[in-house]
Amino acid sequence: MSDKKQPVKKNKRPMTPRRKEQSRREFLRSSVLAAGMIGVSMLGYVPVLQGTSIRLRPPGALKTPDDEQQFYASCIKCGQCVQVCPVEAIKLADLLDGFGIGVPYIDAREQACDFSCDGLQCVLACPTGALTHDLDYPADTRMGFARLARPKACLAMQGKGFKGQARGADYRGLLRYEEIDRWNPIPVSEHPYDLEICDLCVRQCPIEIRITQCEAAESEKSDQPVARVAQQMGNACPPKHAITLEPMDQGDGVLRMKPVVQEGCVGCGVCEMICPVESAAIVIDLDNNADTVKES
Amino acid sequence: MSYIKDSIAHLIGNKIPRPSKEERSAEVQAIYAGKKGKLSKADVEAVRHAHKSTFLSKWQKRRWATLILVNLLFVASFYFDVQLVEGALTGARVMGFHFADLNAALQVALAYKHIVLNLVIGIVTVFMMWLLLGGRTFCSWVCPYHLLSEWAEYLHLWLVKKQLVKNHTFNRKVRIVFYLVFALLALLTGYTVFETISPTGILSRALIYGPGVALIWVGLLLLFEIFYSRRAWCRYVCPIGVTYGAVGLLSPVRVKYNAEACHHEGDCRKVCLVPHVLELTIRSGARDVNQDVSSDCTRCGMCVDVCPTDSLTYEVKGLSKMLK
Repeated sequence: MSDKKQPVKKNKRPMTPRRKEQSRREFLRSSVLAAGMIGVSMLGYVPVLQGTSIRLRPPGALKTPDDEQQFYASCIKCGQCVQVCPVEAIKLADLLDGFGIGVPYIDAREQACDFSCDGLQCVLACPTGALTHDLDYPADTRMGFARLARPKACLAMQGKGFKGQARGADYRGLLRYEEIDRWNPIPVSEHPYDLEICDLCVRQCPIEIRITQCEAAESEKSDQPVARVAQQMGNACPPKHAITLEPMDQGDGVLRMKPVVQEGCVGCGVCEMICPVESAAIVIDLDNNADTVKES
Repeated sequence: MSYIKDSIAHLIGNKIPRPSKEERSAEVQAIYAGKKGKLSKADVEAVRHAHKSTFLSKWQKRRWATLILVNLLFVASFYFDVQLVEGALTGARVMGFHFADLNAALQVALAYKHIVLNLVIGIVTVFMMWLLLGGRTFCSWVCPYHLLSEWAEYLHLWLVKKQLVKNHTFNRKVRIVFYLVFALLALLTGYTVFETISPTGILSRALIYGPGVALIWVGLLLLFEIFYSRRAWCRYVCPIGVTYGAVGLLSPVRVKYNAEACHHEGDCRKVCLVPHVLELTIRSGARDVNQDVSSDCTRCGMCVDVCPTDSLTYEVKGLSKMLK
């Protein structure tokens, strides 16, 4: 390329054949380098086209269930959302996600988003609006949708209770238990349960907890000024139900309950995280086609 | 003006022709004439020998310390949760203030086709910062890949000396081609294509959030530089360098060349990441007695350290005058 203009310029010596050959080789090398680098970078398309890079994303991610293009485009891959999350639910995707490299995701079974930050800190931290500021409350988000994937494994449906650590002694996931510590999430392994009939997915659902709080606040209502900003501002109180336990009658005299995912489910993944059977009986889907599982 | 013109030429990969006699000032002409026949090889060698060169020279020491410190600040800030420097090199909040890497922000803007206010604030802040500090200063004083690449370069040079490998050069114009192609790809595909292979982003995130598969790519780049082409990524590919080089067009922090004492032995060009910016140190290569090295220079100070006659020095335009 550089040798094209040379004859026009003054006092330029003509190139020796050797120099000419070197220049030709350099040009070839450069073309290969360009094609190679751009080719490698475009390999990032593969996981995107195959759909293998689609994951559960933090609240407010600019995406539809099956198209994450806007989210990848708007994310600057800095991980500020990772840093503010009190339960460290957010991780950054690796090179195997192609164009999705450095984009935040949540592995719900490992550590779900339990909204223990209350104020959607990841959304507030996002510098590019990839997690959209249009959200105000946890109940506004729709990350995914829970589905009872293995109803036969569900303890409640078998009429069984649950005693012990929900995910075993080695499990490192955190949840906020308001009755223990309002501000600091604690390891699930440090909070054993003793339940007549397993209701963990309902009991720990952040949306259901919020509904209970709203009801409690309602019954205590007095003339005193409301203390919490969130309550003054509404905070979608009470939000729509996300999951309920409904009694089943099999005619065998055993009390069985069935978890039913409701319209208010935001897909945070806490039910998948806390489900004590391996692998989880309830999981998060990215779309709600499969639900609500009224029958089956 | 000639500084900006030279800089643009270097950034897009053009060669700047050696100034003709008419283009040279009378003073520099006189200096060149005065040196004729004066610089015997033995004299030059003696001066070179007297100039102590250590493995870690003055500016290199300071630069490595700065680079490591900046990257450690990110790591420590997250590790100890002190919220001093949140995020990574692509985008951060420094004590609450938004910072956005200009090239990453450009990729996002082109792919997303929309910029939120916080990003604008981050862009302006970082633009102002590097405008004051010299543009490509980012490359050699902050970018973690630069440091690894510098180590790989020592290995490469040693292998070359042992005649085990040969250095292969590329046409420098390929870098601006990459710049345009990556910008176009972001615009057309709607994905930040370059970020997928950017070792700067990969390394910064790996340091802060833990290592991953992506480090293999960085390793391959380093191997390519060790065995095939010296500093290939920084010299011929990286669009981040071009972006910050453009910021440097208007920056007062530069390396100044003084032709008077120069022995033209070329040690500076041997250590330089971007030796084309130092072509003015070739005998009869300068237009003026004092001339600034173009903005493609990363202000790394290797030449300042190696120069036996102190012909290359850091300067802050305006400030030096004020201090006089």
